[in-house]
Amino acid sequence: MAEVLVLVDHVDGAPKKVSYELLTLARTLGEPSAVVLGKGASAAAEKVGAYGAEKVYVCEAEELSSYLVGPHASVLAKLVQEKSPAAVLLPSNATGKEIGARLAVKTGGGLLTDAVGVTPELVAEQQIFGGAVTVQSKVQTGTPIITVRPNSTPPTEQAGAGTVEQVTAEFSDADKASRLVEAVVEAKGGRPDLGEASIVVSGGRGMGNAENFSIVEKLADTLGAAVGASRAATDAGWYPHQNQVGQTGRTVSPQLYIAVGISGAIQHRAGMQTSKTIVAINKDPEAPIFELADFGLVGDLFNVVPQLTEEIEKRKG
Amino acid sequence: MQSAYGGRRTSMNIVVLVKQVPDTWAERKLKADDKTLDRASVDVVMNEIDEYAVEEALKLKEAAGGEASVTILTMGPDRAVETIRKALSMGADKAVHLSDEALAGSDAIQTSYAIAKVLDTLEYDLVICGSEATDSRMSVMAALLAERTGKPQLSGARKVTVDGGNVKIERQTDNGYDVVEAPLPAILSVVEKINEPRYPSFKGIMAAKSKPLTTLTTADAGIEADKVGLANAPSQVVEFSNKPPRQAGQIVKDEGDGGAKVADFLASQKII
Ligand SMILES: Cc1cc2nc3c(=O)[nH]c(=O)nc-3n(C[C@H](O)[C@H](O)[C@H](O)COP(=O)(O)OP(=O)(O)OC[C@H]3O[C@@H](n4cnc5c(N)ncnc54)[C@H](O)[C@@H]3O)c2cc1C
Ligand SMILES: Nc1ncnc2c1ncn2[C@@H]1O[C@H](COP(=O)(O)O)[C@@H](O)[C@H]1O
Repeated sequence: MAEVLVLVDHVDGAPKKVSYELLTLARTLGEPSAVVLGKGASAAAEKVGAYGAEKVYVCEAEELSSYLVGPHASVLAKLVQEKSPAAVLLPSNATGKEIGARLAVKTGGGLLTDAVGVTPELVAEQQIFGGAVTVQSKVQTGTPIITVRPNSTPPTEQAGAGTVEQVTAEFSDADKASRLVEAVVEAKGGRPDLGEASIVVSGGRGMGNAENFSIVEKLADTLGAAVGASRAATDAGWYPHQNQVGQTGRTVSPQLYIAVGISGAIQHRAGMQTSKTIVAINKDPEAPIFELADFGLVGDLFNVVPQLTEEIEKRKG
Repeated sequence: MQSAYGGRRTSMNIVVLVKQVPDTWAERKLKADDKTLDRASVDVVMNEIDEYAVEEALKLKEAAGGEASVTILTMGPDRAVETIRKALSMGADKAVHLSDEALAGSDAIQTSYAIAKVLDTLEYDLVICGSEATDSRMSVMAALLAERTGKPQLSGARKVTVDGGNVKIERQTDNGYDVVEAPLPAILSVVEKINEPRYPSFKGIMAAKSKPLTTLTTADAGIEADKVGLANAPSQVVEFSNKPPRQAGQIVKDEGDGGAKVADFLASQKII
């Protein structure tokens, strides 16, 4: 069985959930090999065997931490050349897509982004136009390079050999063109990552001000959810821009999406329409968000949301 | 002196990549025969984020005391001229339109090849793209072009500072931002947070009509015809289906027990 390379997304050695999802998916396509790059890679390498990785390629070269995406694509390109994998899977986030793009040019392979599933024949399923059309796409030349959205495959454990192999790489000047000077963390910690969370609670202009976002945060915390925001709310400075959901924010596809005081403009829908279950709370019965809600509550969020939070607490016992 | 938009440079050449896309508000479809985007039957607009790319170029030019030129580069069918005119009416100086039947159905990889070929024919210090096109939503063009040209990739910028021969950006990340720096020339992409695009003025609209617009065929740009177009695409749509639009579910009015009603629903879905 041919290898399937999976780029592991991790923060200082802690793999993100999407990495386990991709390894689970890779097991249905071939023999999964994890590729772990950058600072803390060795620590992450110990964890991926539990999700079926037979081989774990590790590279901790300093360049991977000090330059943007170029070096990562180079290490992967080297592995593609040496191992002739059936496919390369990457997480479909900004960095994963960019590494995939550069890898495709380097290897002459085709690129598919935002897959929500991949068949054993390496046909990728994508949802386009805000979920209105489902397409099946296939790479026709070279090694298929496929970025897969978080929450596409439920991760399940399965022991793999997890044999670690160190990879050395040489980096060209072009790989070292964009220098990472500093990484600034602005997000409030403690909540799950927006892209990976299985529940997202988002607030919009209806929140009225920044302070009121604590109402949404309280609900999110009782549900173990991430907090999102509409552009109206991020533009007003009520919530950080990296929490924006929509066409020009993050695309989320959780089990449950709760929209609070959000009208449901098409650009907002583009980022949340593929959520499994959608709940909307809005005082305007005509708000377009109700057109796609599985459950819509017409009412004032300042009454409804605190009561909902309390009810959930109560039922949790 | 250095402003947010940079120190003094002698004449900087900026190329802005602008794409014409179906209006997000329109019903977008794939064609049954070749499974490519139906661009003919829908209203088209300038890709929204590309307006921010044009605006950023104009701001950089203004900061350089006008000592810069802004060139719009578009690959697309004949009617993409409308979009090019809009960018010119915002204030760009000139435009290059790559238009050829042979390009129809090209995927992102092929598009980056074709655009890189055109870039080879231009002098540039900065190439500015939008972060994402609303039709493909791939967000890969800056990375693809950086790889092809060997120039630095500065993608996802929410702030750009040009200082002498260097450019520094704040790159939007999932939990904050990265500061990334590179020497010019560089390939940049911008997110919508970066600025507020101007509306074309009447004067701008009039002036746009006489600004230089060069139309190139694949042959003009040295693009090999068998490397572009649907038949040669490295990735292809094999099948598609239109999903029935999402059905509205239950709508309930709050009568003092709205929170409890939502909780009931979540319980019925086994979420709580
Ligand atoms: C280029 C471009 C990109 C964009 N990208 C995005 C994007 O990524 N994400 C995004 O979200 N938007 C995006 N937009 C903006 C989008 O068009 C809308 O303007 C935006 O989504 C509106 O946010 P909102 O729903 O919070 O505000 P509004 O449309 O003003 O809606 C507020 C809602 O709150 C309700 N409300 C008010 N008070 C209460 C209360 N007390 N209780 C209950 N309900 C209440 C109102 O009835 C109303 O429906 C983009 C626009 C453009 C042009
Ligand atoms: N055909 C095209 N012509 C000009 N610019 C393009 C074209 N396709 C993509 N771009 C640029 O690349 C950006 C990102 O597009 P994408 O990677 O397709 O999401 C857009 O915002 C444009 O700036």
